[in-house]
Amino acid sequence: MSRHTLSVLVENKPGVLTRVAGLFARRAFNIHSLAVGPTEHEEISRITVVVDVEQNPLEQVTKQLNKLVNVIKIVELDAGASVQRELMLVKVRADGANRTGVLEVVELFRAKVVDVVPDAVTIEATGNPDKLAALLGALEPYGVREIVKSGTVAIGRGSRSITDRALERIARSA
Amino acid sequence: MVQGPQPAPPRPSAPSPIAASKPAPTPANVAPRTDGRRAVSSVRSAGPTVPAEDVTGAQSIVRSLEEAGVEVVFGIPGGAILPTYDPLMDSTRLRHILVRHEQGGGHAASGYAHATGRVGVTMATSGPGATNLVTPIADANMDSIPLVAITGQVGASAIGTDAFQEADIVGITLPITKHNFLVTDPDEIPRVIAEAFHIAQTGRPGPVLVDIAKSAMQSRTSFSWPQEMQLPGYHPVTKPHSKQIKEAARLLATARRPVLYVGGGTIRANASEELRRLVDASGAPAVTTLMARGALPDSHPQNLGMPGMHGTVPAVAALQKADLIISLGARFDDRVTGKLSSFAPHATIVHADIDPAEIGKNREVDVPIVGDLKEVLADLLPELEREHSVQGKPDLGAWWHQIDDWRETYPLGYSEPDDGHLAPQHVISRLGQISGPDSIYVAGVGQHQMWAAQFIRYEHPKTWLNSGGLGTMGYSIPAAMGAKVGQPDKTVWAIDGDGCFQMTNQELATCTINEIPIKVALINNSSLGMVRQWQTLFYESRYSNTDLHTGHGTRRVPDFVKLADAYGCEGIRVERADEIDAAIHRAMEIDDRPVVIDFNVSRDAMVWPMVAAGVSNDDIQYARGISPAWERED
Repeated sequence: MSRHTLSVLVENKPGVLTRVAGLFARRAFNIHSLAVGPTEHEEISRITVVVDVEQNPLEQVTKQLNKLVNVIKIVELDAGASVQRELMLVKVRADGANRTGVLEVVELFRAKVVDVVPDAVTIEATGNPDKLAALLGALEPYGVREIVKSGTVAIGRGSRSITDRALERIARSA
Repeated sequence: MVQGPQPAPPRPSAPSPIAASKPAPTPANVAPRTDGRRAVSSVRSAGPTVPAEDVTGAQSIVRSLEEAGVEVVFGIPGGAILPTYDPLMDSTRLRHILVRHEQGGGHAASGYAHATGRVGVTMATSGPGATNLVTPIADANMDSIPLVAITGQVGASAIGTDAFQEADIVGITLPITKHNFLVTDPDEIPRVIAEAFHIAQTGRPGPVLVDIAKSAMQSRTSFSWPQEMQLPGYHPVTKPHSKQIKEAARLLATARRPVLYVGGGTIRANASEELRRLVDASGAPAVTTLMARGALPDSHPQNLGMPGMHGTVPAVAALQKADLIISLGARFDDRVTGKLSSFAPHATIVHADIDPAEIGKNREVDVPIVGDLKEVLADLLPELEREHSVQGKPDLGAWWHQIDDWRETYPLGYSEPDDGHLAPQHVISRLGQISGPDSIYVAGVGQHQMWAAQFIRYEHPKTWLNSGGLGTMGYSIPAAMGAKVGQPDKTVWAIDGDGCFQMTNQELATCTINEIPIKVALINNSSLGMVRQWQTLFYESRYSNTDLHTGHGTRRVPDFVKLADAYGCEGIRVERADEIDAAIHRAMEIDDRPVVIDFNVSRDAMVWPMVAAGVSNDDIQYARGISPAWERED
C-alpha cells in the first residue's frame, strides 16, 4: 500500500461530497483523510483526498471519480512537488507545575496557544502529518485530553494553479 | 450557444464536433462568458426554437419531455407526481402508458430503449413509487441502457421531514444511476431534463433519475427550448487514439490465435456493420457475449457463439487458448472470465470501450482504446488492411483447424429428458426457428434465459433483450411490452420462466388494455430452475424452496392458462412435443391480444456447458461430468 494525495475539483453543488465519498465506500477504496472547501472560483470546490492504495487501484479510483458528472478534474499531488498540511487543535493538561514545559514544546514546534484555563491549554498547530505526530508525542507526557484534526489539504509548488489549467483547457476546447 | 438535444436522437452515427474533440471540461459558470464560449457538448444542433412560455412547473416537465423527443412514457401516477399528470393528459405528442407497477414501467422503458436505441422514459410518484423503480434503474445501469426516470418528490419545504410518501430517492439511487438530480426550483426543469437526456444517451449510456418536488410542479415558471446545458465535468471521449488503433491493428495482423471478444457495447454503439467488416477482414474468430447476441449474425462462420459460464465450448476454449484478445465493448465480467487469474493466460489484451473505467478494471490491458465502438472499428479497419498490405494476411489455418475440431466435438446440444416431459431446449429451438430472426426475443433470468441465448439463432442486433448484468427476474414481460411499443411491427416474444413470470405478469393487463400484443413462451418447469440446477449439482439434490407448484402433476397455483384468460390474453397449454409447433403457429396468428403459451417442460433439464462459479474456464463441463480433453500447451 502506498499513500496518494488527490486534488479533486468538483462543481460546488449540494450532494457532490456524498457522491465522491459514496464512490469510495462502494468501490471499497480506503480513504485516509478527506478535506473539502471552496476555491478561488465560487462555482468550484476542491476536495483533497488521501488514499492508501496500490498504483493499479489508484488508477481505478481516478477513473471512477472522473465518471462522476460533477467532477471536473483530478490531479495527483506528489509529496515532493506539493505542500501538504493538516491543522490540529489539541487540549493538554497544564497547571502551574508543568505549564512551562508545555509552552516550551509549543515554542519548539512553532505551534501556538489559542486558549488557556488554569488547568489546561489548547494548542493550534499546522504541518505535515509527521510534524503533528511528533508534536503529539512531545505533549503526551503532560496529558492530552482532546484532539481534533483536519484532513490534509495540499497545493502544488510553483506558480501554476490547477484550477487555472482546468479553465485554460476549457477555453481551448470551446 | 450550445443547445439541448432536439429531438432526442439515437446515438449519432457521426460524432458531433464538440463531442469528438478531446476531453472538453466545461465549467458552465466558470468559463468567462464574455465571448460566448461555453460549456457543454451537445449531441445535435438545435431544432426549432421554442420561445419562452409562461407555464406551471408541471407543464414545463411535459413540454420538456415533448421537446426532448419523447414519444412514450411508461408510468403510474400518485400524490407527488399528480400535478404533472394533469397537463400530460392534454399532450398530443406524448403517449403515456399506464403500467400496473413501477418496476414494470421501468423495465418497459428499458425494453423500449434496448429495442430502439432511443431513451426510455418512466414516471413515478415519490416514496414507494420511486423505490419501486430501484430495481429497473439498477438493471439499466448494469446493462448500459439509456433511461430517464422522472419521479415526483414531496414539496420542497417538506423534504427531510419524513413527510408522507417521502423517500430520498436521489440518495437511494446514487450508486445505481449514471447521474441523478433533485429539482426544487421550477426554472431549472427544462435545463435539467435536457441534461438528463444528454447524459443518458451519450458516452456509455445509462439511467438518469430526475426527482422533482411537487412544489416546483405547482409553481409558475417559464419554459423555453432548447436549453443551455451546464455540465462542466461531463465530456465522454468518443474518438479513439490513433496510436493505440495502429498498435491494435499490428497485433491483430500478426497474432496466430486471435479472438474478437464482442460485448454489448457494440450494440449500444450501433456498430454491427463495422464489426462485420472487421470480422471479415481479420479472418479471426469472434465470440458474442450474453449482451452481444445478435451483434454478429450467428450464421457467420466465424461466430463461435457465447462465451462464459454457459458459453459454447469453442467460445470458451478459444478465449482460453488465444494469444490475442480484442475486447470490443465488453467488460471482462466474472461470468465470462471464470476465475480471473486463470483466464486467457497467454493472451495479449486489446480493450476498446467508451468507458475508460472499464479498461483495466478486471484484467490488465496491453493496449487500451477509449472511444465509441463505431469509431474504433471504423478506424481499426483501414489500419488492419494497411498492415495486411505490408505483411500479408496472417495464416490462421492451424488456429481454425483447432477451433473447428472443438466445434465438431462439442456442439451445443441437449439430451431428451427421461421423465417424458418436454425438453425446454427443444421448445426454445422451435420457437426461434418458427418465429425467425426478425422477431425480438426478451428473456427473464435463469435457465430459460441461457437456453434462449444458446438455442435461438440471432441474426440482427437489438433482437435479443435480457437482464445480463443485474440478473433481474421479472424483466421479461414488461421489457417485452416496451420493446413491442418501440417496434410495433415486429413479433416480440417474452421467453419467461414460471418463477420470473410471477414477479411481473401484472403487466399483461397493461398489454391487453393498451393493445400491445406480445407473445409469451412460458418455460414452465414448476420450479426456480437455475437455483434447482445448482442444488442438484452443489447441494446434493436438496431442493430447498425451489418448488413452485405450477407444472404438470401439481395443483397449478396459479394456472397460467386461466391467468392468461383473466388478463384478456389467449392462453395455450402445451404438454406434448407434437403440440409445440401448432401452438407457436397459433400464437403467431393472433395479433389482437397477448398470447401466453404454458410449455410444461421437464424440471430436470440442465443448462450445459457450464463453468462452475469461481473455477477456471479450463474446467468447463460439456455435460455433467464430461470435460473436454485439452491439447497440451504448445
